[in-house]
Amino acid sequence: MNSAMLFNLARFILLLAAQVVIFNNFNFMGYINPYSYILFIILFPVNGNKYALLTASFLLGITMDLFCNSGGVHTVACLLLAFVRPSLFKFSFGLSYEYQTVRLNDVLTPERFSFIFLSVVIHHLTLFVLEVFTFEYLWDIILRTIISTLFTIIICILLIYLIKPSKR
Amino acid sequence: MQQIFNFIFKNSYRMLFLLLMILALSLTIQSHSYHKSKIISSANFFTGGVYQMTNSVEGYFNLKIQNEELAKENARLKSLLFNTKDTTKMAKLDTIKGVKKIDIVESEVIKNSYSSQINFLTLNSGFKQGVKSEMGVINSLGIVGVVENTSANYCTVLSILNTESPINAKIKKSNHIGSLTWNGKNTGFVQLVDVPRLASVRKGDTIVTGAQSTIFPANINIGTVHKIYTDNQTNFYTIDVKLFNDMTSLGHVYIIKNKDRDEIINLEKKTQKNE
Repeated sequence: MNSAMLFNLARFILLLAAQVVIFNNFNFMGYINPYSYILFIILFPVNGNKYALLTASFLLGITMDLFCNSGGVHTVACLLLAFVRPSLFKFSFGLSYEYQTVRLNDVLTPERFSFIFLSVVIHHLTLFVLEVFTFEYLWDIILRTIISTLFTIIICILLIYLIKPSKR
Repeated sequence: MQQIFNFIFKNSYRMLFLLLMILALSLTIQSHSYHKSKIISSANFFTGGVYQMTNSVEGYFNLKIQNEELAKENARLKSLLFNTKDTTKMAKLDTIKGVKKIDIVESEVIKNSYSSQINFLTLNSGFKQGVKSEMGVINSLGIVGVVENTSANYCTVLSILNTESPINAKIKKSNHIGSLTWNGKNTGFVQLVDVPRLASVRKGDTIVTGAQSTIFPANINIGTVHKIYTDNQTNFYTIDVKLFNDMTSLGHVYIIKNKDRDEIINLEKKTQKNE
């Protein structure tokens, strides 16, 4: 339990640092960035404490907002993702996901991919809708969501493969 | 009573979610409300320190460009100096007691942003250096933004690339004023709206800051006219302005302290009350 907590803490700090120092400076096509720090919420242990997850995603979001000067946009998106995570698990891995040993950081299967994809879409859509805050730029929001989602998923999968524990 | 506790225990997860969500949403809405400083901003010891650190590494990559810009500005200022009519006379200060109206603080952008609809920069000077909110920020090429929040050593700047708060600007040739906004699309272009139809504008005309604003002194460069539209609803011109500045690469900037600003604002307030 304790080592898992330390592991999560390290992941929290490292992902946040990587996001602020590296990924926020991508600016592909002028404004498209991958937001791969949400990997923390995606990779949080399935049977872990859900209160801890909620609080941790709140802290994650608010730290991102501090760095991005974006009010509370990241916080709302992260909280929402953390809240709907169990339902996404149910959708992707079937009803009895709690009794299986779902491990996300492993070889990519359709179930795992669908889970990551849905998480990223939900997070990004909330993020961009709240960031723009008017429906005047609806098309812009959709375009941003699509391209950023692609970017984030590619980087998330790369990161998962990179950090994957090699013991078998 | 028992039932109330049971209810709270049963739904504690949802209650925690709702509590945090309300907090987050109120922060979001607060940040979108017009002319209010943010609670959460990167002008603080922690984030400012991190950005200062990363910037000290990134700074090396564009030293050459920065040097060229400085050399160009020096050349321009030298030419101004040599072309003044009487070199023996001191440059005229303000007439009242010889006090300079405007002070300039040199600063450096440690965090640039241009990817969202409302962009903020972080600079490495704060109220220790005399920076306050609502001060103008320019660089050698043109305007950059307006100071929003300050801490001891850092401040955040609302960039001109924002879709919310306009800046007063005018066409240099004809002195017709308009307000400068951004449509959130291209970082190289901003929009000058509400320009009267009788203004004669042509492609290539220079747009500068207007004299109405107390934040910027008049006649600071902004950009050139790129395209002219007529707004169907209001019958005013909307002009696409090509910025002189490359907002995606900013280095050293100047913060403008207008000493008369408080006086002007107080006077205007008094006048409005009397009406």
